[in-house]
Amino acid sequence: MLNLHALSKSFGALNVLSNLDLSVPQGEVLGIIGPNGAGKTTLFNLIAGVQTPSSGEILFEGKDLSRTKVWDRCRLGIARTYQVPKPFTNMSVFENVLAAGLHGGGQKMRDAAERAEEVLETVELAHRKNTPAGDLSLLDLKRLELAKALGSNPRMLLLDEIAGGLTDAECDSLLQIIGGVRDRGTTIVWIEHVIHALRRLADRIAVLHGGNIIVSGSPDEVLQNAHVKQVYLGVEG
Amino acid sequence: MKPTILLGRLALIAGVIFLIAAPAFLSLRGMQLTTEFMSLLVLAMMWNLLAGYADIVTVGQHAFVGIGAYAFFGFLVLLGVDPYLSVLLAGVVSLIFAIPVMGLIFRLRAGYLAVGSWVVAETLMLAAGKLSAFGGGSGKSMPVSFVKSFGASTPDRYANVYWLAFALLAAAFLSTWYLLRSRIGVGLTAMRDDEEGAGAIGVNLRRARVLCFLWVAPFLGMAGAIITMQKLRVAPPASFSILDWTVYIIFIVVIGGVGSFEGPIIGTIVFFLIREFLNDLGVWHLIILGVISIGVILVEPKGIWGLLRRFVPGDLIPVGHKPRR
Repeated sequence: MLNLHALSKSFGALNVLSNLDLSVPQGEVLGIIGPNGAGKTTLFNLIAGVQTPSSGEILFEGKDLSRTKVWDRCRLGIARTYQVPKPFTNMSVFENVLAAGLHGGGQKMRDAAERAEEVLETVELAHRKNTPAGDLSLLDLKRLELAKALGSNPRMLLLDEIAGGLTDAECDSLLQIIGGVRDRGTTIVWIEHVIHALRRLADRIAVLHGGNIIVSGSPDEVLQNAHVKQVYLGVEG
Repeated sequence: MKPTILLGRLALIAGVIFLIAAPAFLSLRGMQLTTEFMSLLVLAMMWNLLAGYADIVTVGQHAFVGIGAYAFFGFLVLLGVDPYLSVLLAGVVSLIFAIPVMGLIFRLRAGYLAVGSWVVAETLMLAAGKLSAFGGGSGKSMPVSFVKSFGASTPDRYANVYWLAFALLAAAFLSTWYLLRSRIGVGLTAMRDDEEGAGAIGVNLRRARVLCFLWVAPFLGMAGAIITMQKLRVAPPASFSILDWTVYIIFIVVIGGVGSFEGPIIGTIVFFLIREFLNDLGVWHLIILGVISIGVILVEPKGIWGLLRRFVPGDLIPVGHKPRR
């Protein structure tokens, strides 16, 4: 579904990603881990279209996205959440999701409104639908990030540290929701530091280090890998 | 409905009734002031749409007011077109000019766009000063015969220009309200709150900006035409006045509340009250305007409406959407 070929991104002399190759098949939940500064968020910014690659190509369902703007990528079916939630603070929770359906989903007002209500039920935020988004707690902001991404009815979801900063109970609640999204066949690429969350839901984990993927495999394989333990978990073999 | 919202809406309805009934009891001076109020409110609503929603913080709004003024004067005086049709044509000319201006300044962002829009406006002002048919740099007054074409007597003329300004304000208000209620408006409101986030949920930021810029241009041009109907002359420094049509407008929107429908209305009322009561203070009146705007921004960046919004649990002019269930 998503194919990255020789993807590189530099900021001046700093090479954040270099010749990265990655394929994500339809329906997979791919976890991406790596130390801070490994290039994880840059990778998402390139896939989502916020930044342009220095070289390489991004193919989504066979289509080259090199010249595709961020809003058009969303319309093609790629939706993302942000590590630090980006709610539309002066709009209600319902309107936040409605906007995603109207624009990313290309729906008419009535259909987008129905979709927004469904999504808010899914993420367990329906009881706060008339609340201004700026008044939400962290957990609810994370739910809203997810709801906004789902509002456009995406085929691929990019989750950026969505479980970060949550208590175990809050994280568990969010994982149930993400599990539901996975069960409906949505492909998920998920950057996360909360390893037990990935262990629970990811089909595969890729480890990003120094701008490239050093290991990729099942969660158990990857987390037992000596090199991964050394560069990411900071423990010797 | 909450009492504060009800009170606010009643005040708005009272304002509309006042505007409809005003010609029956206002003096000529009152008519002139209220006409000017409505023209400035249109300019403020348009700047608010650009800066408050689409993040196009232009300092060159006076360009389109001036283009409208000169276009109106040209159609009426030089070509002998009907004055009311000339007002509409001034809007069309302003729209046509907006296309190349947009092509130029949309290559820039943020502060560079602001400076770029100002440079374009000043260049257009200098170009207007080269038009000998319009009196060159010193401008030209409207011949009496053309003045009489929009009112045989002075009271008739004041009333006709008043209703024209009222119609423009109503059109600007209702169409902008409809725009903000539409699918595009939901995207613009999302842009207002977080531009990158809006792009990520599929809002076409470029298209939204283009639409807003082209949306405001005809309204600015027609407001320029109505202002010319009041001033009865065109001159580059007056028709393209950065102070009158941009700086004061920014003040109005900032103190009223940028990025809200209510803000420009409140700001225009406050501006007129300050101007009318403190005008005798000369340059101190401008200093007080500056101090008030800085004070309001420091206390509440969303202006007076932002302050009031702490006590009013909803919009007086609702542009949002509620769930059906």
